[in-house]
Amino acid sequence: MSLLSSTGVLLGKELRTEFRSRELLTTTVVFILMVIVLFSFTFDPTYTESRRFGPGLLWLAFLFAASLMLQPCFLREQNNDTLSALRLSVADPFAIFLAKLAANTLFLLFTELLMLPVFAVLYNVPVLPVLGQLILVFFLGSLGVSIAGTALSAISAQAHMRELLLPLLLLPLLTPVLVASTQVTVGLLDATPFMEWKGIGFLVVFDVVFLTALWLFGEYLLEE
Amino acid sequence: MKKQILAALVVFFLVGAAAYGAFFVAPTERTMGPIQRIFYLHVSSAWTGLTGFFICFIANLLYVFRRQPQWDWLSVSAAEVGLVFTTVVLISGPIWAHPVWGIWWTWDARLTSTFILWLLYACFLLLRTLVEEPDRRALFSALFGIFAFVDVPLVFGSIRWWRTQHPQPVVMGGSGSGLDPTMWKVLFFSWFAMLALMALLIRARYLMEAARGELEIVRREAEAV
Repeated sequence: MSLLSSTGVLLGKELRTEFRSRELLTTTVVFILMVIVLFSFTFDPTYTESRRFGPGLLWLAFLFAASLMLQPCFLREQNNDTLSALRLSVADPFAIFLAKLAANTLFLLFTELLMLPVFAVLYNVPVLPVLGQLILVFFLGSLGVSIAGTALSAISAQAHMRELLLPLLLLPLLTPVLVASTQVTVGLLDATPFMEWKGIGFLVVFDVVFLTALWLFGEYLLEE
Repeated sequence: MKKQILAALVVFFLVGAAAYGAFFVAPTERTMGPIQRIFYLHVSSAWTGLTGFFICFIANLLYVFRRQPQWDWLSVSAAEVGLVFTTVVLISGPIWAHPVWGIWWTWDARLTSTFILWLLYACFLLLRTLVEEPDRRALFSALFGIFAFVDVPLVFGSIRWWRTQHPQPVVMGGSGSGLDPTMWKVLFFSWFAMLALMALLIRARYLMEAARGELEIVRREAEAV
């Protein structure tokens, strides 16, 4: 089987597993909602403040949520003892990573889009006129988070204190994604919205660099 | 043992000479005055810390491809020593910044990316304490080290582009920046002294890690019997 077709089959498996229980999606949605509400207590979001601080705290909420959501990615396989079977089933272990990171990107993007109207209402920022561009940033940002997060969750699954370890390893690594996506989102939610293409380009570079690193070194992460 | 003492004495002399150069040979800076002399410690430690992380990165790559424990020992030694030098940078920076800029810290590109770099390698060392099985620990930390090192230019780029009200870098900056020739000489000599100190520390730490690694192998063999 080619890389793409085996990735497709594995992605189907990831999506089926999640949609049977919907554990990840529901908990992540509630978590992001909670963070957004709690953030609003730390400062009283007026119209201008929301536009200035809103994007940053939205992305922080996404990153925190992702660092929790990515935990079970490999842990599930380990608990069910299915990792070896998974490795035997495909010729190229990169397919396992591709499928998992595609699934994670979809889950993240889905929860982010679900939370976007809530954010818009609670923080009083208009998002409809720039919806297309916002989806583009959300996609590129979530892809970066998922690539790095999937790789690191393979590491943290086999360590002590894994619940703490994954955010510790992931968050400093994701600083560039946080900075770039926040900047682009700030531009889009500005009183006169504009698209910061430099940020989009930067996110693409980040995604490509880490995808290449994962392609080169991913197989070693799955060694027994 | 004799050799080690001799090497330590040479390094001690070099660092002393560098300090002498910074205090008495280098001219006093026109606007900042004597406080600028911390520059020779600050910048040479920064370059040395980066050299340490670079050695760690090379050792990480070699471990992943060759799987010899020596590279793992080298990587942890270089990371620890690099982290110490970066800590010196992060402490000497604010001491310099406070009288000159009037603030201890600013979220400028270099400061912030050095801080993130420090965090990344602190996490690298933390990861090592949390994986018990030696081969797995070596492999995972090597892979994380590679990811972290690849991340560094991206961190720097992102922060430099978007989060800075940057003062022109003095060294390798644009036009209008530059150093007095004597200052250059003292700076390079300080860097050389710091590199010698780094080599000494890495070697000592490496021997310790090697002894620990061998002990672990013997212990495992004893348990297997």
